Amino acid sequence: MSDISQTAPLQHKPQPDPAGPAVAAMLEELEEGSSLWKDAWARLRKNKLALTSLFIFVAIVLFCVVGPWLSPHDSQSQDLFVGAEGPSAKHWFGTDTLGRDLLVRVMEGGRISLLVGLVATTVSLMIGVIFGAVAGYMGGRVDAAMMRFVDLLYALPFTIFVILLMVAFGRSLWLMFVAIGCVEWLTMARIVRSGVIGLKKQEFVEAAVSLGYSHTRIITRHLIPNVLGPVIVISTLTVPAVMLLEAFLSFLGLGVQPPFASWGVLINEGQQNMEIFPWLLIFPAFFFALTLFCLNFLGDGLRDALDPKSAKD
Amino acid sequence: MALLEVEDLATHFHTREGVVRAVDGVSFSIDKGETLGIVGESGSGKSVTCYSLMRLIPEPPGRIERGVARFDGQDLLQMGKSDLRHIRGDRISMIFQDPMTSLNPYLRISTQLIEAQQTHRDIDTKSALFKAIEALEEVGIPDAANRVKSYPHEFSGGMRQRVMIAMALINEPDLLIADEPTTALDVTVQAQILDIIKQRQERLGTAVILVTHDLGVVAGNCDKVNVMYAGQIVETGTASQVFYEAKHAYTRSLQKTIPSLQEKGQELYTIPGLPPDLSKPINGCAFHPRCPFPKTGHKGTERPSLKDVGDGHCFADCGFCDSSGSIEDVLAKGDLADTALPGEGAEA
Repeated sequence: MSDISQTAPLQHKPQPDPAGPAVAAMLEELEEGSSLWKDAWARLRKNKLALTSLFIFVAIVLFCVVGPWLSPHDSQSQDLFVGAEGPSAKHWFGTDTLGRDLLVRVMEGGRISLLVGLVATTVSLMIGVIFGAVAGYMGGRVDAAMMRFVDLLYALPFTIFVILLMVAFGRSLWLMFVAIGCVEWLTMARIVRSGVIGLKKQEFVEAAVSLGYSHTRIITRHLIPNVLGPVIVISTLTVPAVMLLEAFLSFLGLGVQPPFASWGVLINEGQQNMEIFPWLLIFPAFFFALTLFCLNFLGDGLRDALDPKSAKD
Repeated sequence: MALLEVEDLATHFHTREGVVRAVDGVSFSIDKGETLGIVGESGSGKSVTCYSLMRLIPEPPGRIERGVARFDGQDLLQMGKSDLRHIRGDRISMIFQDPMTSLNPYLRISTQLIEAQQTHRDIDTKSALFKAIEALEEVGIPDAANRVKSYPHEFSGGMRQRVMIAMALINEPDLLIADEPTTALDVTVQAQILDIIKQRQERLGTAVILVTHDLGVVAGNCDKVNVMYAGQIVETGTASQVFYEAKHAYTRSLQKTIPSLQEKGQELYTIPGLPPDLSKPINGCAFHPRCPFPKTGHKGTERPSLKDVGDGHCFADCGFCDSSGSIEDVLAKGDLADTALPGEGAEA
């Protein structure tokens, strides 16, 4: 072996303390946990549109959650003498055909719609991401078997599937959330799987194997973060899909039952009387649309924020 | 005892087109602190040999058919998955060809370097971070204390390969497998990367298997050299033996392809033809159809085995070609290889 080590690198330092403050700051960060989410948040804060959307979304959530307690009206007490009346000082959003205060109904409907959107999307996210990542990573026969199962569920008509679930487990709001989540994860699983298959060929996965990391670690730490971009975009598309499904199920008598309502149900009622009492459609539709806009901008912002390469600072 | 002893390693790929014998009976050994070069054309089985040792061959379609790889007394090829995980990254690590994709784009360099340590060592995050910074300094990354928190995309290709080297060596492994570590890099950076590997090797006493198709790299960096062709070793010996006393027709043809050895204005030499299709059985010397030397007989049916020609210098002598003359003379006598090819090509 020849001696080319004349240009020897820096000497070993027994107790190195290079660039003190920078390192100290970094240590704090490391001890606080995952740098991925912290960095993402730092980048998201610079995105005005996403931040505004987040703010509006939180406002809508607060409006729906806290609102009904502050209102002097009650969503169920009817006033058949009043009937449907346009917005007034007493009823800001007007009343519906049974004389119920629409403002409170929109707020309470929002509770259900938001809950369904978040719970069902979370359920679909968890199942879909894990299922898809495992299938894509394992490959071969395991993958084939897992994806045929997905195909099987895809082939099953959604309504029949939900009705079966409802019949088997009884009817409850939470079960409806889970039932919707159980259907919506299929697309998620396919997208995550295809992403993982693409990533698996990259050398950093091989490098991770060659460094002795376990499969679980490779899937959770190295593969899933890399597919989060598309996953978040799909999630923001899943939320409205889920809310619409809920309205559809309610229409069939499988979801929310009167006197309770969700945005989907309110919009449905509103469009039946659209020409005579337009406010019955306008108010719930406005909140529904606003929420979806916020979630879309937020999802878009999150996707950019999660990708370190998009950082231009 | 040698650090790693490989005996009769064979890795085949079972594809729809048939069994591809990517590596077919390879034996070699490497001592502590030694550098072993593996050279050969694309598809000669260099990388598959390394991947087999790390058990990174995708199974199926790949399968390690036979062989023993004794690493410190344990057979890597028979080892259980969890034992293997303790070896990988701790005692044997690997550097890959493409530094652009071998770091996780979503994690900071610091996170990746710390993870590599904490997987194998009981080390707190703070010490691991210091060690990561130190490791980056040692591979020549300027301002390592600040750069450690960068993401991979903020580094150039050469810098990323340095990070890979730092990561592969951070647990001070006994053996480093470098699979064409400089192929994807600029020529100017190549030499630096090889120097860094060498420096770190000298400091840590790591043995290195250096896979490359660049003969120049091998000559300057390796103690021992294996020349591979069509899944087998055709010549092996010390770097000077293989370089200055090359015996095998393939090794000599390879040398002839180095541009700097040719006169100015002369057309660059390429070995005519293509390597044989490894999914078909090979009779006799695999290089026979492309061999420029005059044939003195039929190529036989068995692939020639390695014969010792003194001081551990071995080559697979087929005995049917007259490789005594200089290759320049042979080539000057008219394109023997070209005229010999059509008939032989059909046979292969």
